[in-house]
Amino acid sequence: MTKRVALLYGLMCLVLIAIGFLQSWNVAFGIFNLCVISAVMALGVNMQWGYAGLFNVGVMGFTALGGLTAVLVSMPPVGEAWAAAGGDIALSLLSLAGTIVAVIYARRIVPPVLKLPVTLVLLLAGYFLIGVFFGPATDAIESIDPALSGYLGGAGLPVLVAWPLAGLVAAGAGWLIGRIALGLRADYLAIATLGISEIIIAIIKYEEWLSRGVKNVTGIPRPVPYEVNLVESEWFINLANFFGASEISDAASLFVKLCYAVLFVIVLAIIMWFAERALKSPWGRMMRAIRDNRDAAAAMGKDVKRRHLQTFVLGCAVCGIAGAMLTTLDGQLTPTSYIPLRYTFLIWVMVILGGSGNNWGSILGGFIIWFLWVEAEPFGNWFMSTVTAPLGEESELAQHLVAGAAYMRYLMMGAILLTVMRFAPKGLIPEATNRSTAMTRSS
Amino acid sequence: MSFLSATGMTGGYGGSDILHDCTITVEKGEIAVVVGPNGAGKSTAMKAVFGMLNLREGSVVLDGKDITNLAPQERVPEGMGFVPQNRNVFVSMTVEENLDMGAFIRKDDKIEETKQQIFDLFPILGEKRNQPAGELSGGQRQQVAVGRALMTQPKLLMLDEPTAGVSPIVMDELFDKIVEVARTGVAILMVEQNARQALEIADHGFVLVQGRNRFTDTGEALLANEEVRRSFLGG
Amino acid sequence: MEILNALALFANFVVVPATAYGAQLALGALGVTLIFGILRFANFAHGELMSFGTMITILVTWFLQNMGVSIAPFPTALLALPIGVLAAISMALVTDRMVFRFYRKQRSNPIVFAIVSVGVMFLIAGIIRIVIGPADQSFADGQRFIIGAFDSRRALGLDEGIAIKQSQVITVVVTAIVVAWLFWFLQKTRSGKAMRAYSDDEDLALLSGINPERVVTICWVIAAALAAIAGTLYGLDKTYKPFIFLQILLPIFAATILGGIGQPVGAILGAFIVAFSEVTVTYAFKKFLAYLGPTDWAPEGLVQLLSTDYKFAVSFIILVAVLLIRPTGIIRGKVI
Repeated sequence: MTKRVALLYGLMCLVLIAIGFLQSWNVAFGIFNLCVISAVMALGVNMQWGYAGLFNVGVMGFTALGGLTAVLVSMPPVGEAWAAAGGDIALSLLSLAGTIVAVIYARRIVPPVLKLPVTLVLLLAGYFLIGVFFGPATDAIESIDPALSGYLGGAGLPVLVAWPLAGLVAAGAGWLIGRIALGLRADYLAIATLGISEIIIAIIKYEEWLSRGVKNVTGIPRPVPYEVNLVESEWFINLANFFGASEISDAASLFVKLCYAVLFVIVLAIIMWFAERALKSPWGRMMRAIRDNRDAAAAMGKDVKRRHLQTFVLGCAVCGIAGAMLTTLDGQLTPTSYIPLRYTFLIWVMVILGGSGNNWGSILGGFIIWFLWVEAEPFGNWFMSTVTAPLGEESELAQHLVAGAAYMRYLMMGAILLTVMRFAPKGLIPEATNRSTAMTRSS
Repeated sequence: MSFLSATGMTGGYGGSDILHDCTITVEKGEIAVVVGPNGAGKSTAMKAVFGMLNLREGSVVLDGKDITNLAPQERVPEGMGFVPQNRNVFVSMTVEENLDMGAFIRKDDKIEETKQQIFDLFPILGEKRNQPAGELSGGQRQQVAVGRALMTQPKLLMLDEPTAGVSPIVMDELFDKIVEVARTGVAILMVEQNARQALEIADHGFVLVQGRNRFTDTGEALLANEEVRRSFLGG
Repeated sequence: MEILNALALFANFVVVPATAYGAQLALGALGVTLIFGILRFANFAHGELMSFGTMITILVTWFLQNMGVSIAPFPTALLALPIGVLAAISMALVTDRMVFRFYRKQRSNPIVFAIVSVGVMFLIAGIIRIVIGPADQSFADGQRFIIGAFDSRRALGLDEGIAIKQSQVITVVVTAIVVAWLFWFLQKTRSGKAMRAYSDDEDLALLSGINPERVVTICWVIAAALAAIAGTLYGLDKTYKPFIFLQILLPIFAATILGGIGQPVGAILGAFIVAFSEVTVTYAFKKFLAYLGPTDWAPEGLVQLLSTDYKFAVSFIILVAVLLIRPTGIIRGKVI
């Protein structure tokens, strides 16, 4: 078993090293960093699916929330915007709080028959009240230097602070959605998470005062040195010379990638350590017991819904952290880049391929799938060009097919997912305990 | 050889055997009842006859044809009708549609005739023919279930605890109907909790204990048997 | 008069578009609910199946247009639709044979089915993007309006007209025909009853001699045909956007759950409720209220409950409300 793990990890390393020698080390570490982030996301999903059998189709939303947190924590605050609309924003928040309190209070005192109508009326009234302050506030904020800011900015804290915070924010969203959808049909959770993720993306896309929307937030402060500074600092030039680097700018960008790699690997290691500890603790055993036989566990007095909620929230938190890491690495938040196939379903392929319920498998799955996802494009181009070569350069069909070659990756991911589910449902690194019953249990 | 002879049945759901060399036979137009304490394998024995259980040993022969290796749905065309204990009607469909579903495999043109016979046997079904079966009372549902099974014109009708959860009056009524069905020449095999009442209408009774035949005799004789009465009929 | 103007305005911007949209959702939700009822899983590939059928319809439409075939004033796409339907059916049956049947034999957990459907979604999405590309495609031809805003204004003698697009009328008519046929099929035919019986209780259906594979095949054929029709009508009414078909799953699923899982009538009801809520909530009532109020009176803002950007949030809120208040849906469906 451990031999198999070592072998598979070793192979993955070899492939990345080969990329380093054949293409460049910059490319290799570029892929490696995203592999690590993918692995963290896969760990999060594995907690939900592998530990508890929960089908979360909203990974994208929690990742994006993490990204938003990174922006809100690290970007410098826009003073003008706060000055122009701070009061209105505060009043909006006050009205929001007032509405919530009013609803809770009203629900306590009115007779049960009136509960629903009174709640709806109060919510509607509150909604308009908030709108009174909120509308002008957003207009004011968005009109301030729209080409450069037009939003409130962030807290101006170091971006690393955002990583744990992103976990908390995503956990909060996960808690809300879990409270509603857990304990019902299993596929309700899937559909509800699909919905929440679309809404989170919509908020990030359209609430310009908050996130600049489709205008993107760029230039998020880095936790690592900037290339421009590196190439001018003496110690780095000496270091580069020591390693015999031919091009100082290449060396600088490689150095930055290495710094990120170290940070990411530390986060991955911490999360992995907790994940493994949790899995092997009595709590983890109980989770698996619930997953494998929910009714029996419930009959033994386990609060299944509560346990599910715990795992779900933890998994969402991990996805949020990964999202913040990703935005930090990119240095920008681009809401339009969040599409479910890439940020939700791809992560699922990673978990399934790696081995549901096995954390080592999830990490490996994250690495392999991200690698294939990246390399599918050149491969697809090569494949399509080769296949269409007999048609000649002029052929419209050939040009059309080559243009669509990048989408070979969708086909590939579909094929991988279906093949693994069919022929090796336990994945590359199967869960250590007996899971055979879990995959075929009837509902 | 009897009309149905399930002989030497041994097997279970996996793991260990539940039935051990268990034998059940029924004749045409007769009622056979399987009784026994809880966990004696009564329902399991019936499921084995219907092919819902993998038998390691033993055979099931119906009307001279060996059907041991047929799947349950393949036994229906061979003349077996089965009324499960729970979930035995299509709750979202009307009474009449339930009966139509019973006749699903039939290709002849006498379906309406059979339906009329069932309405004669269970008049309440005729009255409620357009009502969803899910809205009926427990006893009425059982009638729908039996009616659905009869629509296939079975040669052997199997009932798994047909009187579970119905009132004593409804139980008596159901038993009367079952006797009526038997008189039309259908062989009836029934598993029952209400052992005494069931044995009263039974031609043959099988007392199972831990998956083995303990007593096998006519219903009358079993009722008269001191040991059976003491151990299984509550005195 | 002012009230009539307000009503005409409301009809033009809410009732007409919501009816067409509701009909398109209904066709999608019917397919999803049938698959839920018969195969018992949430089919995440359904949106892509719609997209695939539409894509084939578009390709055939282009071919016909090039050949000079036209059924003006009707859109050529109607002529191409049967091919799109056949293509969607073939795709559904092929994926069932190659993928889903295996898990049916294993009696796998519904979640396993759902995950597998994600794989199918990836495959179909890839095929679509390779064949037709990720860009928007417009393929509507023929007459655009049946009743123009100007004509209706004159006919009604009002300031506000009710414009009705041809695609909207086609949508409603086609949906009405298809739904009528579907209910006749489910209620009156032997196969339809067998489907309902199987959806009600699988084991009992087996005992009645109903062939499950046949039921499943019929289910896929109907669901795929509805999907292709729904996608094409949606594309005719708006434009064909490959990426929209993952997002449209949300209102479709919301409609399905709202109506009650496995309940065709519920799916239609749910679809129209979702569509009307979506359009009403994102409609700016400013002008509408201006007509109702005294002269020269108009509200300050747009009086729009929710920006159009958030129309998917409406389905989600409906979904959450259903899950909280009545998880079985309006017409009691399956809750496991």
